[in-house]
Amino acid sequence: MGHSAPKIATIEGITQEIEAILGSMLVETVDHADELSFTVLRDALPQAMTLLRDRAQYQQLMEIAGVDYPDRPERFEVAYHLLSVTRNHRIRVKVSTDEDLPVPTVTHLWPVAGWLEREVFDMYGVVFEGNTDLRRILTDYGFKGHPQRKDFPLTGYVELRYSEEDKRVVYEPVKLAQDFRSFDFMSPWEGAEYILPGDEKAKGEAPGAPTPAASPAVSTPKTTEKKSDTGAGEAANKASQVKSADAPAKPASATDEGKGAAKPEDKA
Amino acid sequence: MADYLEKLDHHTDAADPTYGDTEIQNYTINFGPQHPAAHGVLRLVMELEGEIVERCDPHVGLLHRGTEKLIEYKTYLQALPYFDRLDYCSPLGMEHSYVLAIEKLLNLEVPLRAQYLRVFFAELTRICNHMLNLGSHVMDVGAMTPNLWLFEIREDCLNFFERASGARMHSAYFRPGGVHQDVPLKLLTDIADWLDGRLPRLFEDAISLVADNRIFKQRNVDIAIVSKEDALKWGFSGPMLRGSGIAWDIRKAQPYDVYDRVDFDVPVGTQYDCYDRFMVRVEEVRQSVRIMKQCLNDMPEGAIASFDRKVSPPKRGEMKRSMEALIHHFKLYTEGFHVPAGEVYVATESPKGEFGVYLVADGSNKPYRCKIRPTAFSHLQAMDFMMKGHMLADVTAVLGSMDIVFGECDR
Repeated sequence: MGHSAPKIATIEGITQEIEAILGSMLVETVDHADELSFTVLRDALPQAMTLLRDRAQYQQLMEIAGVDYPDRPERFEVAYHLLSVTRNHRIRVKVSTDEDLPVPTVTHLWPVAGWLEREVFDMYGVVFEGNTDLRRILTDYGFKGHPQRKDFPLTGYVELRYSEEDKRVVYEPVKLAQDFRSFDFMSPWEGAEYILPGDEKAKGEAPGAPTPAASPAVSTPKTTEKKSDTGAGEAANKASQVKSADAPAKPASATDEGKGAAKPEDKA
Repeated sequence: MADYLEKLDHHTDAADPTYGDTEIQNYTINFGPQHPAAHGVLRLVMELEGEIVERCDPHVGLLHRGTEKLIEYKTYLQALPYFDRLDYCSPLGMEHSYVLAIEKLLNLEVPLRAQYLRVFFAELTRICNHMLNLGSHVMDVGAMTPNLWLFEIREDCLNFFERASGARMHSAYFRPGGVHQDVPLKLLTDIADWLDGRLPRLFEDAISLVADNRIFKQRNVDIAIVSKEDALKWGFSGPMLRGSGIAWDIRKAQPYDVYDRVDFDVPVGTQYDCYDRFMVRVEEVRQSVRIMKQCLNDMPEGAIASFDRKVSPPKRGEMKRSMEALIHHFKLYTEGFHVPAGEVYVATESPKGEFGVYLVADGSNKPYRCKIRPTAFSHLQAMDFMMKGHMLADVTAVLGSMDIVFGECDR
């Protein structure tokens, strides 16, 4: 039976239809988990969106989501979620960009894109060319940085508090009372990306203390088959049991009290 | 004095106007961020021409808490309670999208009883949410009593949530794979009695005070009319879209859980104004009651969470006897479960509209990206065009008909 998430109607041949509409603007089609995503060329986005809205009947733009993949050459992906209320179908259109390359706006197609683009700009710093009102939207007035980028720390850089002395809200650099803790629970057998404590010696020089020089190679392996191989002398425990003739009787002292066997006899 | 009046009488020179001829400048007022009718921390910068709103610029983000960023640092299960805190008036509606998104990525089957319980409590959430919205909408345009009565119903709802999950508001009751725990039979019978008696009595009484009320109609009829085309262009959803005459309900069009097994009607507006949006919500409450009664009738006995032990934890009793169960429990509550790489956009019909979760998983135990599609964002953005040419006093009526909660809008 599978999951019980919203059942999207499967329209016969929808993938081919949209691929035909997009034509040379299409870069990649992904059909995963019953959802279609089409990556299009960044500069052709308004044209592609116009065609999708007018010819393929995707009337509504529900969401614009930014995603940050720092490893990619164009690190940001902007995903547009379209909904067709007449065909009861959803698709996703994606473009990729980086910090500098602007994405053409779609505000002339859907006015709702105004705030959605502002949010992506605020969170990722993606610039939308043609959006006339590209202000920050969710972050504080005068905020610096783009918080949803993967290299922006969770704790941020600035904190604010009400200062009783100044009688106003003051902004200060973030001071953490304890170090930020991040658990990833990656099992070392599944290939953790970081070096487990102690493992740094396994691969070359670790930062910090120098790695001790390796011991010289041994040609014959060490064995302990004969007694002389073990490096031990005569058994020491047996020698200690031999009492010398003039050894005094064990004195009873106050410190021995309570140790059970050696009870002082004069108390009895 | 007579000289002066005579002087005024003959003075019609536009270049040198008198007091009566002076042009009044448009002025800008600031509505909020601390205003009881703003439904939270909304700041509206409005440019007024006399009492007519010329331009309206909503400033949001004053309640931004970085939920999406926080979720990226939490396991899938730890991220769940954040959804309660988005739209704090309808917590389970938010959770619903999130758990369905995870289940879609995992392709996880949910037992039928759990699906019924989810629909049942999602509809209770809808009633709970609409009680707050209808009540505050009525109060924003001047009536006090219905709000108090509707809050009685809301209080009952919150008590039911507490009996089901232990928490009045932030339930964290839906889990990937089902629900957290089964409900006692007494709770279901109590809710059934409530659906038959107290709820309709209080609700219909309260609505009868406003639905045909002359003052209420004067404040809402023909206010902020949104045509079908505009509603689609501005990304409206839920009661806002239905209030504009488009019969679109995700519960009907793209049914999830057991919405395809229950029977209900989708109300739509005919005049596309604030009054229509209000009445759509009123009718939705009645339909929710219908759905809940059907759930009570049809709900089977059985498991309330998936048996996939790699996702849903074992029962405590099982842990006392089985080492395997103990290990599963430990792993699930420390490391959490891993979700296969992929991306989904799952939208459900939350009480306020389409609440979507765009979940990007990279195969680890934490979401790589969890974009939340709030309902209020697109509705509030349309404030400017909806308010244009209306009076200042209509702002509260329009805001009330939008049903905005800032926990969700600002995230």
